[in-house]
Amino acid sequence: MVTSLNARAVLLSVVILAVLLGFWEAATPKQQLAAELTEYELLMGGGEAKAAVPPPSAVFAKAWEELSDPFYDAGPNDKGIGIQIGYSLYRVLTGYFLAAAIAIPAGFLIGMSPLMYRALDPFIQILRPISPLAWMPLALFVIQDSQASAIFVIFICSIWPMLINTAFGVAGVRKDWVNVARTHELGSLKTAWIVILPAAAPTILTGMRISIGIAWLVIVAAEMLVGGTGIGYYVWNEWNNLDLTSVIFSILMIGLVGMLLDTAFAYCARLVQYQE
Amino acid sequence: MPTPFLSLQGLSKRFPAPKGGEALTVFENVNLGIEKGEFVCIIGHSGCGKSTILNILAGLDEPTDGAVIMNGKEVSGPSLDRGVVFQNYSLLPWLSALKNVTFAVQARHRSWSKKQVLEHSQKYLDLVGLNGGAELRKPSQLSGGMRQRVSIARAFAIQPQLLLLDEPFGALDALTRGSIQDELIRVWSGSDQTVFMITHDVDEAILLADRILLMTNGPYAKVAESVEVGIDRPRARAEIIHHPDYYDIRNHLVEFLAKRSRELAGKYGDGSLTQPKTVRFGANGDIAAPAKDITTPRPRLVKGAE
Repeated sequence: MVTSLNARAVLLSVVILAVLLGFWEAATPKQQLAAELTEYELLMGGGEAKAAVPPPSAVFAKAWEELSDPFYDAGPNDKGIGIQIGYSLYRVLTGYFLAAAIAIPAGFLIGMSPLMYRALDPFIQILRPISPLAWMPLALFVIQDSQASAIFVIFICSIWPMLINTAFGVAGVRKDWVNVARTHELGSLKTAWIVILPAAAPTILTGMRISIGIAWLVIVAAEMLVGGTGIGYYVWNEWNNLDLTSVIFSILMIGLVGMLLDTAFAYCARLVQYQE
Repeated sequence: MPTPFLSLQGLSKRFPAPKGGEALTVFENVNLGIEKGEFVCIIGHSGCGKSTILNILAGLDEPTDGAVIMNGKEVSGPSLDRGVVFQNYSLLPWLSALKNVTFAVQARHRSWSKKQVLEHSQKYLDLVGLNGGAELRKPSQLSGGMRQRVSIARAFAIQPQLLLLDEPFGALDALTRGSIQDELIRVWSGSDQTVFMITHDVDEAILLADRILLMTNGPYAKVAESVEVGIDRPRARAEIIHHPDYYDIRNHLVEFLAKRSRELAGKYGDGSLTQPKTVRFGANGDIAAPAKDITTPRPRLVKGAE
């Protein structure tokens, strides 16, 4: 049998998925129907719903139900999954692009100037390892707004990989290419635009891709803290409701959206990639 | 004595010692004159500072001592009047071959319209045989020879007063090198370009150059001899080897590289301005006619031969 590697990989993935789901389904105890219970068991509360990890079939049913009407809004604690993800994406992208707007020009500056690199390096080294959530109390106090604080947390966590990668990419532009710009009397702006930006673009995009990944990781935790809306809040709210089906469903959705974001950036990275 | 078009006066390059020790002198006291329209090759072993001299001419590097005067003005910093072709990486890999030329032409002629720039660029790409879609490829999709053709087309397209070639064919195989040499000669013959070229290839130097400069080994390298190649142009690879002077010149160069570049090396010179010794062959008298001033008139180049 001759099939392409891709086809065989897909087949194997499906088999692994089926096996995992099968085990999961088999391992979850079935809720017994009240009619099947003895009177004694009923008296002991056996007929009440027990909190348990739901089987995959229940998660699929939930997913179908949620995804068939993703944008309903029935009050503060009951919004469709589409609306919740929309809020999260709005916060992530706002904080992220604010960070990009500062990190990329600043990275250029640091990459071009050894003086700025040395002067700013200690600040970056100290600020970078701070967990973004550690900023939350300070942000809440200073900004006085939980929405904006969540955006700030995204901003502060996504700025570092972009800043460092931009600086690294700009500083590492092949000297010969800079010389090409110099021998053609390109001004500094033109040099930046024609030579340095395209040369550093793959490295910058790598930083942007790392950043968006981190931002999506952090938004869930941030929304659990600030509450109100968003996929992180949704997970926490469903946990408080002890609705594990929804918790598992939203976990999968977080993974799915994260994958889509990463794929989008991988695509952009391919666009600016060049071969020496 | 008229000042030559390009003159290098007392050029030296020293690198400061790492710690305490003696400074490293790559070359010192290089004095040269190059006339307009002349094709000059420079040969020497690695580390003698050829590339440094070329970079100083380009304005990308600075001499420790001395100065370069071109057209009565001192060279400082890079300029469009001095075009450079490097062995590698002259082309920007994210631009197509055509764009690699147009950005340079646009930089040269800022007032030109897009159409003018495009036509001018394509004209030079045509000269090296890049057309019919090949000019839209990225450098990585072109062969090494094609890439250097694009570099050369770009250098000629901006019409610099001085063209600097840093081992442009060093990374190419012998056959490709041969055909690009022919193209270089063809494009050059149609212009009044002054060319300063580094090479390691003795035959290439004889084929292309009006004059070949020989450098001794570094440190304390210097330009020891200036060998004139009096072979008439146009020169063809197949015929030039039958020229009576060819092997005299070739043997002289090989012998210099194998023996005398080492013997003449080392620290010497009292700091006085010394010119390289001019060497002529054939009709002008046999080997090593001693120390004629390089600024004496030479036979003009034969041009044409499209």
